[in-house]
Amino acid sequence: MALAGHDIGFQLQGAVIVTAALVTLGALFSIRSQPEATAEELTYYYDAPIKAGIYLSLIWAMLGMFVGVWVALLLAYPELTFDYAWASLGRLRPVHTSGVIFGFGGNALIATSFHVVQRTSRTRLPDQLSPWFVLLGFNLFCLVAATGYLLGITQSKEYAEPEWYADIWLVIVWVTYLVLYLRTLARRQEPHIYVANWYYLAFILVVAVLHIINNLAVPVSFLGSKSYSLFSGVQDAMTQWWYGHNAVAFFLTSGFLGMLYYYLPKRAERPIYSYRMSIISFWGITFMYMWAGSHHLHYTALPQWVQTLGVTFSVMLLVPSWGSAGNALMTLNGAWHRVRDDATLRFMMVAAVFYGISTFEGSFMAIRPVNSLSHYTDWTIGHVHAGVLGWVAFIVFGTFYSLVPWIWHRERMYSLILIEVHFWLAIAGTIIYLIAMWNAGITQGIMWRTYNESGTLTYSFLESFVAMHPYYVARAFGGFLFLVGAALAFYNIVMTVRHVPLARNVTNDASVGPLSVPTGEATA
Amino acid sequence: MIFTLHNKIERNSIVLALGIIAVSAIGGLVEIAPLFTIDDTVEHAPDMRVYTPLELAGRNIYIREGCYACHSQMIRTLKDEVDRYGPYSRAVESQYDHPMLWGSKRTGPDLARIGEKYSDLWHTRHLVNPRDVVPQSIMPAYSWLLENELNTTDLRGNLKAMSRVGVPYEDSMINLANRDAVAQATPSSDDVAGLIARYGPATSVRVFDGDSQRVTEMDAVVAYLQILGRLTEIAHSEQSVQTDTNDNTIKAEGS
Ligand code: HEC
Repeated sequence: MALAGHDIGFQLQGAVIVTAALVTLGALFSIRSQPEATAEELTYYYDAPIKAGIYLSLIWAMLGMFVGVWVALLLAYPELTFDYAWASLGRLRPVHTSGVIFGFGGNALIATSFHVVQRTSRTRLPDQLSPWFVLLGFNLFCLVAATGYLLGITQSKEYAEPEWYADIWLVIVWVTYLVLYLRTLARRQEPHIYVANWYYLAFILVVAVLHIINNLAVPVSFLGSKSYSLFSGVQDAMTQWWYGHNAVAFFLTSGFLGMLYYYLPKRAERPIYSYRMSIISFWGITFMYMWAGSHHLHYTALPQWVQTLGVTFSVMLLVPSWGSAGNALMTLNGAWHRVRDDATLRFMMVAAVFYGISTFEGSFMAIRPVNSLSHYTDWTIGHVHAGVLGWVAFIVFGTFYSLVPWIWHRERMYSLILIEVHFWLAIAGTIIYLIAMWNAGITQGIMWRTYNESGTLTYSFLESFVAMHPYYVARAFGGFLFLVGAALAFYNIVMTVRHVPLARNVTNDASVGPLSVPTGEATA
Repeated sequence: MIFTLHNKIERNSIVLALGIIAVSAIGGLVEIAPLFTIDDTVEHAPDMRVYTPLELAGRNIYIREGCYACHSQMIRTLKDEVDRYGPYSRAVESQYDHPMLWGSKRTGPDLARIGEKYSDLWHTRHLVNPRDVVPQSIMPAYSWLLENELNTTDLRGNLKAMSRVGVPYEDSMINLANRDAVAQATPSSDDVAGLIARYGPATSVRVFDGDSQRVTEMDAVVAYLQILGRLTEIAHSEQSVQTDTNDNTIKAEGS
C-alpha cells in the first residue's frame, strides 16, 4: 500500500498502517512468547488489556476533545485554519467526532466489557492473544481513520467516514471481538448472563450489522483510497441515518448502559432496582431504535410513510429509555448520602439524569413541527452533546474512577479533591455548552423562518450566522472547561497507578471468586 | 409469562444473540427494503443527466474537503426554505449521488440550487478567501484549490466504479473520461464537440477558474457547484407551491 498506492494519500495511509502494524506485531509477539499463564495465574482475571484500554481511551479523549475545542473556535475565528488544508473545518471535524466517539468511547467500551464479562461470568478471558488483537486492532482503525481525514480521505458518511480498507479491517477486528465475547460467556460459572452483558452483546452485534451494510461500496481500485457507495440518493440517505441513529443507539447508548448496569450498582453497593424493568427496557431499546432513523429526514424527499414511522417509534422510545434512566436512579434510592459525598458516584448519577434528559429531548425533536425548526441548526449539536458529554462522558469518568483502583489494586484514587474539581468543571462545561447551543439553534431556526409584514423573509442567511458569534465563543469555552476536567482525570489516574500504595488485602475483584456484583431485586 | 421465558433466554448466549439480531432487524427491513422496490419512491425524470467527469471530480473534492459538514443539499418542503433557496428537492435529483450529500447542518446556506446563481469568478474568489467577497463569512479559505492541478489520470476508473454501482455511464464516457475533464475547462480544445455529444448541449464548457493554461481543482469544484440543481428541470416544472398556512409546510405531491 505504501509503495504501490495510486494516490499520495493512500501511500501515506499505507505508511501509517505498516508502522502501526509492526509495532502491534511486536507487541503481540511479546505477548505470545510470554510463558503460558500458570495454573495459579489462571485463577486470576486477565486485566492487562483492560489497563491498556483505559490509557488508550484517555489519550483519545485528550486528542478528540482538543480538536473539538479547535473546531468550535474555527466557527468563531475562521483564520485558525492557518491556510493548511488539513486544518480546515471540514477535515478536522471528523477527527473530533471519531476521536471522541470511537477513540474515547470505543476504547472505554472495549476495556470495561472485558472487565464486566469476566467478573459477572466469574471466568478468565479464554486466551491472551485475542483481547490484544481486538484492542490494538481497533486502535489501528481509529488511527487510520483520523490520519485519513486530515489527508482528505473520507466517504462523507456521517460517523462512518473511513474508507473501504479501514472498514474491512474493522469487520475483522469486530468479528474477533464477538467471538471472544461469546467464548467468555460460554465459560461462565453463573447460570444467568448478567444484564450488563446483554447490553454489551447488543452493542457488539448490532454495530457489526450496521457497519457492514452502511459501508457497502465499490473501490475505484484496490490500490487507491476512493470508493463509491453502493447506495445513492434517497436510499442512501435512509441507510445512512438508519446507521447514524443506531450508532447513537447501540454504540453510545447500549454499550454505555452496559457500563451503567454494572458499575453504578457496584459503586453504590445496591442491587439494581428492578430486574423486570431492565428486561423491558432492554428489548424495547433493541427493537424500537431501529425504526427511528428516518426522523433525521423530515420534510425531505424521503417518502412520507417512512417519516411517519420514524416519528411514531421515536416518541415510543421514550418509554424504554426512561425505564433505564429510572431504574438507575431508583437504584440509588437509599444511597443518596453517598451520592452527596462521593464525586465518583455523583458522576454516574448525573449520567443517568442526562440520559433521561437527552432521550426526552430526542423524542421531542423527532416530532415534525419541532424538527422543522431544529433541523439543520445548532440545536442538533446541542442535543448530541447533552448525550455525549452529560451521559456518555460522565458515565465513563465515573466508571474509570471506580475501576482504576480496583484493577490496579490500589487503596483509592490519588486525589479525591481532583475528582471533585473535575466533576464541577465537567458540569459547568456541559451546561455552558448546552445553553449556548440551545440558544444558537432556536435563534437560527426562528430567524430562518421569520417573515415581514410584506410577506418576504426578514433575515438574510448572513444575519443568522453573524448572530451566532457569541454562542460559538461560549460553546468553545464550555468545551474547554470539559477538556481541562478530562486532563485532570488523566493526571489523577496516572498518579494513582504510580504513587498510590497497593491495597493491603487484594479485593475479590482480582481473582475468579464469588460473584462480585450485587444481584437480585431491591423490591424482592 | 414473559419473565419466565426470559429466564431461559438469559441462560443461553446464542439464543440471546439471535434474539437481539432478530428483534433489531425488523425496523430496518420494513423501512429500507421497500425504498428499493416501491416505484414512486424516486420520480421519473427523463431529462436527468449524469455528472461529467470534471463535475464528478469536483464533487469528490467537495467530499474530500468536508464541505458537507456546513452545507446541506436538501431543500425541505417548508415555505420559508422554498422562498429562500428555491423549489424543494426531489428524490430523483440525487439519484446518481453515491453517496448522497443531503447534509445535516447549515452553518452555511443550502447549496441544492446554487448552480448558475453566481458567476464562476465569484465562486473562485469566494473559495480562495470567502472574506474577500463576504467580509463576515466564517467559511474556511480554500486557496489550495487554485494552486493544485487537477489529477485527471484516475477519472476513467472513477466513472467505471460509478457505473458498477448503477450510474448509466456509456463505455465511450468511461474511456474518454480523462480527456473530457480537460476539455470541459478548455473551450479551445478539439475534444469539446465530443464532450457535448456525450453529455448534451446544456453542458457548460468554460474556463471556470479564470486560468486557461491549467486545469485546477478549482475548475472542478466550480463546475460542480454550477451544475447543482440543474441536472434535471423536474423540480422547477412540476412543483405545486401551495402553502398550508397552518404549519408552514408545502404539500408535496403524493403525500
Ligand atoms: C465552516 C463551515 C463551512 C464550510 C466547511 C464550507 N462552507 Fe461554504 N459557506 C459557509 C458560510 C457560513 C457561508 C455564508 C457566507 C459566505 O458566503 O461566505 C458559505 C457560503 C458558501 C457559498 C455561497 C452560498 C450562497 O448561497 O451564497 C458557497 C457556494 C459555498 N459556501 C461553497 C462551499 C464549498 C465548495 C465548500 C468546501 C470546499 C464550503 N463551502 C465549505 C460555511 C462553510
